Amino acid sequence: MTEVKIAARGVQVYYGDTHAIKDVDVDIEDKTVTAFIGPSGCGKSTFLRCLNRMNDTIDVARVTGDIRIDGEDIYDKRVDPVQLRAKVGMVFQKPNPFPKSIYDNVAYGPKIHGMARNKGELDEIVERALRRGALWDEAKDRLNEPGTGLSGGQQQRLCIARAVATEPEVLLMDEPCSALDPIATAQVEELIDELRQDYSVVIVTHSMQQAARVSQKTAFFHLGNLVEYDETGKIFTNPEDSRTESYITGRIG
Amino acid sequence: MNTSLHISSAFDRDLEGIQAQIMKMGGLVEEAILSAAKSLETRDEELAEQVRSGDRAIDALEEALNEEAARVIALRAPTAIDLRVILSVMRMSANLERIGDLSKNMAKRTGVLVTMPAIGGTSTAIRRMARDVQKMLKDALDSYIQRDEALALDVIERDRDIDQMYNTLFREFLTFMLEDPRNITPCMHLHFIAKNIERMGDHVTSIAEQVVFLTSGAKPEDARVKVDRTSHDSSLSSGLDEQGA
Repeated sequence: MTEVKIAARGVQVYYGDTHAIKDVDVDIEDKTVTAFIGPSGCGKSTFLRCLNRMNDTIDVARVTGDIRIDGEDIYDKRVDPVQLRAKVGMVFQKPNPFPKSIYDNVAYGPKIHGMARNKGELDEIVERALRRGALWDEAKDRLNEPGTGLSGGQQQRLCIARAVATEPEVLLMDEPCSALDPIATAQVEELIDELRQDYSVVIVTHSMQQAARVSQKTAFFHLGNLVEYDETGKIFTNPEDSRTESYITGRIG
Repeated sequence: MNTSLHISSAFDRDLEGIQAQIMKMGGLVEEAILSAAKSLETRDEELAEQVRSGDRAIDALEEALNEEAARVIALRAPTAIDLRVILSVMRMSANLERIGDLSKNMAKRTGVLVTMPAIGGTSTAIRRMARDVQKMLKDALDSYIQRDEALALDVIERDRDIDQMYNTLFREFLTFMLEDPRNITPCMHLHFIAKNIERMGDHVTSIAEQVVFLTSGAKPEDARVKVDRTSHDSSLSSGLDEQGA
């Protein structure tokens, strides 16, 4: 039995008057890929963004309820959101490397968090992160070239390397492959499977097949509710809820 | 269960096409069972020949169904109920194909039996047994189309009666053979025919189980208790019981 990494209880999110997340309870396991699926506007990305307090940056957003990572309340006043986001990394839909060199893209996080005492240590961190991001072999001879010069798939792997450079414990991915071609998608999916050895990975995806391929647990969101949360194999072969079934089989629900 | 339409209407047409094909195959197989049994009772060699040659059409349908199912899996990546429709259709077509083969085998033996004297009223009893199996098959196919789990469970239950009929026939053949050794050859053929029908009942049961799988996502829990005791009873054992325990 895998242990629970993130425990959410009674989570509500409001954007102004809009009730975007309605009383969600969920236990996300460690060393597991969890997929959030659901139609556009169902709240899956909103909920993902609660997990590293990205919603703090939106003025009208209000989050209530209890979210704990390793038992620690991440909405506690004493928690520094910047420190939290080092622990809970995030990768976005469109690859967004900084307009800096490949090296600096990866080194940025470890530098601001004071993870390296000298250049040698920083080099090691960068190499380790690029290896984790499955980009080392392609990038090792061009570390000083701009990150924006890489292909789309490489840029996304650079962003994953950048996210893992700060040694996070949780990795959030918001549609990480939707801007990539099938080959680059397969490479990122392979990488996600490897990352599972060390992290709790939560991925939001519109591709049901991707959720089926990469995740062990799947959560289906609909109109702000967490409708069903179960083993991925169960969700895709014999879901309990008819709304889940309508969605995954492509029916008019 | 979810029976609403897909957003992609072509997907609905694919699934409907596959299910229409399995029903067509089921119809041919029902016909083969009835004709095989009728040809035996009425000693109609011509009808037996029709059953033998008709098996090709059943085999061809099975092949077409499997190809179509593979195409839908590859192109549409079916999930949940759609996946269970495809999986159940593939298993059902294999069952139907086997029933077709067993009917063909009955018809082959009929070709031999028409040259020999009849053995009491056994061919009438065999025809009754075949009719019951055909009715079970019809109900199993109806339960599939109507997604009627209760009817499917009823079909599974009725296989006990078929097993009973087989046991009774088995003892009758044994008696005829003990009475007169000249009865041995026809009785052996008739026994194989009865055994074929008993096996058909098992294939029909398997089809009904697919209906339960389709509607519930699970196999019927308690495996039914075997009533066919011939293989356990040493004084009556044929030693040829392919089914084992």
